Amino acid sequence: MNEIAETDRTPEVQVQVKNLVKHFVQRSGFLERNPGIVRAVDGVSFEIQRKRTLGLVGESGCGKTTIGRCVLRLLEPTAGEVTFEGVDVLGLSGRRLRRIRRDMQMVFQNPYSSLDPRMTVLNIVGEPLQTHTSLNHGEIRERVVELLEHVGMSGDHIYRYPHEFSGGQLQRIAVARALALNPKFLVLDEPTAALDVSVQAQVIAQLMQLQRDLDLTYLFISHNLTLVHYISDTIAVTYLGKIIEYAEADEIFDNPIHPYTQALLSATPSLDREFRQQRVILGGRVPDPANPPPGCVFHPRCPGTTDQCSKVEPHLVDVGGNHLVSCHL
Amino acid sequence: MTMNHEETSRQAQSAWGARFLEYRLMWRALRRDRLAVISLAIILVFVLAAVFAPSLAPYPDQALGKANLSEKLDPPSATHLLGTDDLGRDVLSRILYGSRPSLSIGIFVVGLAMIIGTPLGAIAGYAGGWLDQAIMRITDIFLSFPALLLAIAISAALGASFFNAMLSITLTWWPWYTRLARAQAVSLKEQTFIEASRAIGVPGFTIIRRHIIPNVLTPALVQATMDIGSAVLMGSALSFVGLGVQLPRADWGNMLNVARLYFSDGPWFAIFPGLAILLIAMCFNLLGDGVRDVLDPQSRRTG
Amino acid sequence: MDQPLVIVRDLRLQFRTYAGIVHALNGIDLEIYEQDMLGLVGETGCGKSMTGLSILGLVPRGGEIVSGSIRFRGEDLLTKPESYMQQVRGARIAMVFQDPATSLNPLFTVGQQLETVMQRHHPAAKNEMRDRALELLKVVELPDPARILDTYPHELSGGMKQRASIAIALSCGADLLIADEPTTDLDVTVQAQILDLLRRLRETQGIAILMITHDLSVVAETCQRVAVLYAGQVVESGPVDDVLFEAKHPYTRALLKASPKRSSRGQPLQAIPGTVPSGLQPLEGCSFAPRCPHAMEVCSQPPPRASVAPAHAVYCFLYTDAEGT
Repeated sequence: MNEIAETDRTPEVQVQVKNLVKHFVQRSGFLERNPGIVRAVDGVSFEIQRKRTLGLVGESGCGKTTIGRCVLRLLEPTAGEVTFEGVDVLGLSGRRLRRIRRDMQMVFQNPYSSLDPRMTVLNIVGEPLQTHTSLNHGEIRERVVELLEHVGMSGDHIYRYPHEFSGGQLQRIAVARALALNPKFLVLDEPTAALDVSVQAQVIAQLMQLQRDLDLTYLFISHNLTLVHYISDTIAVTYLGKIIEYAEADEIFDNPIHPYTQALLSATPSLDREFRQQRVILGGRVPDPANPPPGCVFHPRCPGTTDQCSKVEPHLVDVGGNHLVSCHL
Repeated sequence: MTMNHEETSRQAQSAWGARFLEYRLMWRALRRDRLAVISLAIILVFVLAAVFAPSLAPYPDQALGKANLSEKLDPPSATHLLGTDDLGRDVLSRILYGSRPSLSIGIFVVGLAMIIGTPLGAIAGYAGGWLDQAIMRITDIFLSFPALLLAIAISAALGASFFNAMLSITLTWWPWYTRLARAQAVSLKEQTFIEASRAIGVPGFTIIRRHIIPNVLTPALVQATMDIGSAVLMGSALSFVGLGVQLPRADWGNMLNVARLYFSDGPWFAIFPGLAILLIAMCFNLLGDGVRDVLDPQSRRTG
Repeated sequence: MDQPLVIVRDLRLQFRTYAGIVHALNGIDLEIYEQDMLGLVGETGCGKSMTGLSILGLVPRGGEIVSGSIRFRGEDLLTKPESYMQQVRGARIAMVFQDPATSLNPLFTVGQQLETVMQRHHPAAKNEMRDRALELLKVVELPDPARILDTYPHELSGGMKQRASIAIALSCGADLLIADEPTTDLDVTVQAQILDLLRRLRETQGIAILMITHDLSVVAETCQRVAVLYAGQVVESGPVDDVLFEAKHPYTRALLKASPKRSSRGQPLQAIPGTVPSGLQPLEGCSFAPRCPHAMEVCSQPPPRASVAPAHAVYCFLYTDAEGT
């Protein structure tokens, strides 16, 4: 897999992922004959620069959520490298691993299930502080109030329980928790998927403000291309465990090269009259990750597929201006 | 759904305040279930009876065993509200005193079983792997003992007494809590908030202590409430066969044991202890149902 | 304009809950024409699903329609007995739901479910029904329809299940299809397929579609007309291009400003301050007034319907001086 070229004029690279692979073994049948392998992530490489946002977009089965979890080592990757500020994350263990967790945190998709329903807001947001610092109760409480105010919530809420809050508020509490240890890097896994549009606007605005104020780096995972385009600096489009296109956000929208990216763009309904285009209706559906097509994983649905596409797997190639595409055409 | 506490506009000022407010809400929700409230009231009556038995019983010495042969098997009357037993002792007083061992077996057995079984199950469920297997196999072994037979065996070995009865019942009861806790823990393990805690770097044991066990406690408490009734039943069964509280100390079970011999002459002697057992078991069951509906925070919110 | 297929007037729906009475719908006015594609759009709790369910008389337990009328071809459905409604459901008005996995019975094949519905309204000989079922599966563009007839729902993908649901809905010649968030749970590319199918079905089958969704962009791309709901009231309605690009009601405009668009990159997304009312308080005046940047004193009265353009109606005092209905 070709590496994404490092440019030296832009801010330094903070997160680097090389050839990340995550296979899940499918336990099939009673006697475990021929266990299927689900290739959730199949050789993914990318970089995120400090204080920037990389948007990871794709549909179901593309592996984007798994990638997020592997980067934070919530799942152990089957192979590959994850480097954070030069440190090999996958090689760490014990105390050093716990120490680096302070720098990389995650905000999950479903705010209703990512907070323990039996804990007060104080305990939830304070848990990272309890785990990693030796602050006493009073100090933790102060810090929690500070964090809540930072995400636009009143400190009066610290003794309340999650079921007393709305989705948007819960998500903000989750963000406060993620920020408790002053991380440098946040993985945001569909943070607004469960929220209404107006609440989403609040949360996104908050996230962007926080990014500016606290110099945060984001990995923003979502299936919503419009949203990803709004918030990201660069976008990586995933399909069936591979990145098939990578470019700056505007470039992806103005100049999509990979047929899947084009189809995705075309399928995304838009509120902008000017950008409505002739539909490229993509037929079929995403194949089973346990049984990916040979060659280019997209070739069965690709309108422009050739013989080569069904045999040889394409690699990411720079087609100019740090725009990478993985396609034979 | 936005903040739903217009009614409780008072904000919690402290951690205890928060929990207190929650309990108040739970109580309010429970109040709506009339059966549960009635059951709770009856249970409280029994508990009070047990606690204040010496003051409430009209004939405390008879309750403790003193015979009164002149009034053998008298039907209920003004002097003996529930009649007398085969030795002339006041049935009411003996029932009041008998509520002590009967209720305490229920409460202690269930309490101990929960305390032993729940953490074991939580650990097994969360840890998985060989630890899970080991714990569950031991649990299975204990589950396979029929309670009564085990009780008989233990009593035969150690002698029949209240304490041994309690011990043997507990030994057969705790595995159910382990099973329950394990099932809960296994499904909890997949919850996002557990994943979030791992992402924070919280070590496994702390996760079990802080997240798994509190969340497992709810179904355990519901089960426990209902189980108390069954435990009382089992305690009575043991006394009935002579393995629990020994005569002349009063216990509903051993009263029944003797009473069946005199049923044709003095049915009240059997009816009233039996009624007491029935009532307690039923009330705990109904209360348990009510508690289950209440402890789910979601249902508390919109009623 | 010809007579509307469905006219909803002043529909009010309440729910009895432990916390009190929830006013779910507070006077909904709607028209759906023949072969219309009306989008009913709003956020969580605005009452859009309840409106759809009310039309079919499927309001959940605890709910009571306290006033209003729902006229279908002139007949007020709210005055009809359950036996009449059972004839209506499926045969004249049909519904497709959000999660196809739970709206299809997992124990029966697709073919069996189609036949069950057809049996209810247009019973015919077995082979006739099977042929018709096959036809329907072709209409919804399912590949290999003959095989699909004998497959179980769990063997199908989300998109295919939704197509099957649409086939069932169309099986008895309904005039109106109510689609409640039909593509929300589907991938974007599959969503595009299904929306495209629905658009074409309108013409080929001659049905009207009531598209209930929270997604404004879906409405923008597929519907002809749209009604925007907030807190159980219609705040704005009219042709899609008018309402979405010349939005008049403050809520519509706020919603549009909060929605990320391709052109919004670089500009802040505007959130709407405040929260949606819980419905426990009865509505006095305009439901949006507490959060509206233009709220005036008169907004404590129920806002009248103002026509800002032919067929484009707004319920807001800001526009009454101009028109004054």
